[in-house]
Amino acid sequence: MGEAIVITSGKGGVGKTTTSANIGTVLALQGKKVCLVDTDIGLRNLDVVMGLENRIIYDLVDVTCGRCKLSQALVKDKRFDCLNLLPAAQTTDKNSVAPDEMKKIVDELKADFDYVIIDCPAGIERGFQNAVAGADHAIVVTTPEISSVRDADRVIGLLEQEKKITPPRLVINRIRQHMIKNGGMLDIDEIMNILAIDLLGIVLDDDDVISFSNKGEPIALDPSSKAAQAYRNIGRRILGETVPLMVIEEKSGFFHRFKSLLGMR
Amino acid sequence: MSIKQPLVTMKGRKDGLVLVMDDTCAYEALLHELKEKLSVNQQLYKEGPVTSVKVQVGNRYISESQRSELMAIIRSFDHLKVDDIWSNVLTREEFETEKSKEKIVSVARIIRSGQVLSVEGDLLLIGDVNPGGVVSATGNIFVLGALRGIASAGTPGNEQNSVIAASIMKPTQLKIGRIISRTAEEPANEMKNDHVLECAYVDLSVGKIVIDRLQAVLKKSHLSLLLKMP
Repeated sequence: MGEAIVITSGKGGVGKTTTSANIGTVLALQGKKVCLVDTDIGLRNLDVVMGLENRIIYDLVDVTCGRCKLSQALVKDKRFDCLNLLPAAQTTDKNSVAPDEMKKIVDELKADFDYVIIDCPAGIERGFQNAVAGADHAIVVTTPEISSVRDADRVIGLLEQEKKITPPRLVINRIRQHMIKNGGMLDIDEIMNILAIDLLGIVLDDDDVISFSNKGEPIALDPSSKAAQAYRNIGRRILGETVPLMVIEEKSGFFHRFKSLLGMR
Repeated sequence: MSIKQPLVTMKGRKDGLVLVMDDTCAYEALLHELKEKLSVNQQLYKEGPVTSVKVQVGNRYISESQRSELMAIIRSFDHLKVDDIWSNVLTREEFETEKSKEKIVSVARIIRSGQVLSVEGDLLLIGDVNPGGVVSATGNIFVLGALRGIASAGTPGNEQNSVIAASIMKPTQLKIGRIISRTAEEPANEMKNDHVLECAYVDLSVGKIVIDRLQAVLKKSHLSLLLKMP
């Protein structure tokens, strides 16, 4: 029996889909059987980011309407045999699926896969409820911007009300070190002070993330990129390893303290 | 049989008259005797300034209409005003509402954006109030943590009796009774290290909410919170 992890943020455009694609990829790299589920019905992107758009035959709504079996709708990744995608439908909207139907599908997937990664749409309405319905764990993605932190806070509040989901963990995405240094961006300490949940990882802003997405390749496959390193660390933490946070600058600060905590300095 | 006790006893004090009323007789008899006593003794208070009257009804429950009836009778005489009508008895309902105003509700959690926590009485919150979160109490609010959201204390018309205190006072808005204040539009300096417990209260002389160090607020003797000290 696998685990289902929902990736959510409240606000749009903070990198939920990219994070989902990359976490799925790094878990597959570790040899785990992974299924990505896109719940953003009507505005699906995960297939595009994974470069699997042209392989979609059936989708999530076809499964709930009984037009096909769940196994028929799964799209196998072109790079990993153990990575699959359950795409969202593009022609209808979020109201065409109910949370309990979604839960049934996720439960079915959990029987076959080690990890079910659920990509949640922006917002806190039906799409969010669908995505959360079958999840066991939650990852909240935020960026170092006040609006995105505010929305993350709201979503954490909603996730905490879901009794069957373990306390959510945080990924801080798109960190620009020069902006944090000159005070133009919230730093990690400030975000952690407000949100007060466990930090799963931080990802530096990297132009390559966009160019890789446009090519339909997850950045995690390029080991030279710092973002890829970050996603690999996140993957290892999900698997239960203790991995220190990446150093984003040599100055003393959160990371310095974190590292000295681990006896690395 | 011994001498009959009067149903209404008048006592003169420095600050006015005290009327002690028997609590075993019928209410009508009481009214009758009250009128009689007051008219007989008019010469005692007719001259000079207005005298204030305290009424002690003992172990008799006085309803709202009876209370105004008593007041009307006393007021009908010149130079008398009613200061207070004091009864030893409360209805259970009145007691429960009074009691709920007194109690402290303690809650240990983070109030996040979009969440609302509202209680009767005082609120002791162990945790933060994040921006977009709302806490409200009919009494005082004490936050052991950072107050970054909205806090609303007290009830309208009772502004001087409630305070809002927080370990880290960074509210988006404060409301005490009817008075609302918001923080100055200054860049948030969240990393300030010299934290002191701050307390917001209504300064009646300016009619605004004032935030001050708790130590300074302790000197304001009018705040009910401080009067409860042993």
